[in-house]
Order: sequence, then C-alpha cells, then structure tokens
Amino acid sequence: MVTVLFFASLRESLGTSREQVPLSAPGATVAMLVDSLRRRDGAWADAFAPGKDWRVAVNQQMASLATPLRSGDEVAFFPPVTGG
Amino acid sequence: MAIVRVQEADFDVGRELERLTAGRTDVGAVASFTGLVRASNDGSAVRSMTLEHYPGMTERALADICRQAHERWDLLETLVIHRVGAMRPGDRIVLVGVSSAHRGEAFAACEFIMDFLKTRAPFWKREETPEGARWVEARDSDERAAKGWD
Repeated sequence: MVTVLFFASLRESLGTSREQVPLSAPGATVAMLVDSLRRRDGAWADAFAPGKDWRVAVNQQMASLATPLRSGDEVAFFPPVTGG
Repeated sequence: MAIVRVQEADFDVGRELERLTAGRTDVGAVASFTGLVRASNDGSAVRSMTLEHYPGMTERALADICRQAHERWDLLETLVIHRVGAMRPGDRIVLVGVSSAHRGEAFAACEFIMDFLKTRAPFWKREETPEGARWVEARDSDERAAKGWD
C-alpha cells in the first residue's frame, strides 16, 4: 500500500485529500499508479487525462512518472505551485 | 545556516531581519524581499486569499532552496517565512532575507530563493473574487525565471 495525497484544485475536483492505494506489483512506478487512478470514474479520468498539468512528489521530494514506488511510500499529486 | 518558518500568523519584517545580524559584526549586507496580497489579479478584484500547502514537504523544500543558495554564493544567513491560511489585500505573505559580507551575493541569493520558492515550494493560492473563488494559475514567466538560474 502507498498513501496518496491530493492538494488544491486536484483535491477539490477528486473530492478526496488522502487515500490508501494498493501497489499493483513489485517494480511499481508513479506511472503505473497514475494509470490505475485514471481508470476510475469521470473526475479521475479527467484529472489525469493526457496533457493535464500536474506535479508528483514521492516521500516529499519532487518526482516523475519513472520514480519507483515501494510499500509505505507517501505519494502526492498537486497542480503547479503558486506560492510567494 | 537557514531559518525556515511556515505559519498562519503575520510577522514583523524588522524584527525578523534582525535575526540575520544579531550579535555579529561580519555582516556587510542584508537583502530582503516581502511579498504582499494584491487587491487585483488577472483583471478581477481580490477580496481575500487562502493559501494551502503540503505540511512537511513545504519546510523541506524551503530548506533545500536555502541550502542551494548557500552552495551557490558565499552567504552568512538565509531566512524564509511564508504564511498560510486566510489573508486579505495588503497582508504580508512571504519574507526572504539574506545576509552576506558584500551586497552582490545578498541581492542575487534573495532573488534566487524567491524564483525557486515560486516554482518549487508546494503552496497554492485560492482567491475569492466578486465572480467567485478560483485557484491561481501558475505563470510561465515564473518558470522561465527559475530556469534562468540553470
């Protein structure tokens, strides 16, 4: 299992801020997790549709689609940041 | 040495910047940046703003940005204070302070820290306008400014 967090507009459109998601298999990556989220209902398919601009962090470090995932990891999805 | 704080409360710019110089005589320059809430953005009046962040990652990201600044320039101290929660036009949002022996390093590092904070630290602004609430869109110009340091 990994803990998946959603922030800002992504949290609002998906209606959740935190979920536990099982890992598909050994060798799982962020890309595989995104594929599984995209296969859910409309809001999820839309939020993770190709071309949508979002960022991902793994264990609170900026990550990419190729970043490997292990059980217990904290994965966060969020829109481009707008602080300052 | 970096001081990083994320907080709901306002801050006193003068008192915070004194942390960079208190008890030392090797500081020749202090540069600072203060960011405030504007009453209009993208053609709409802004009544109030709410800042969301990613607790834990935010502090790590800010500390990492300060560490990079210390690697790039000969700095004495760096300070980043960023507010979260509800704010109104005119309120302070962020303070960056940098001390060094000479002004060049302090000016450059202060701008670097802000450029990286704008594009790397997990904060999100939501504005309440007469047309309703909206999430602020990231600006391409901010990304270009950060890439300019590569």
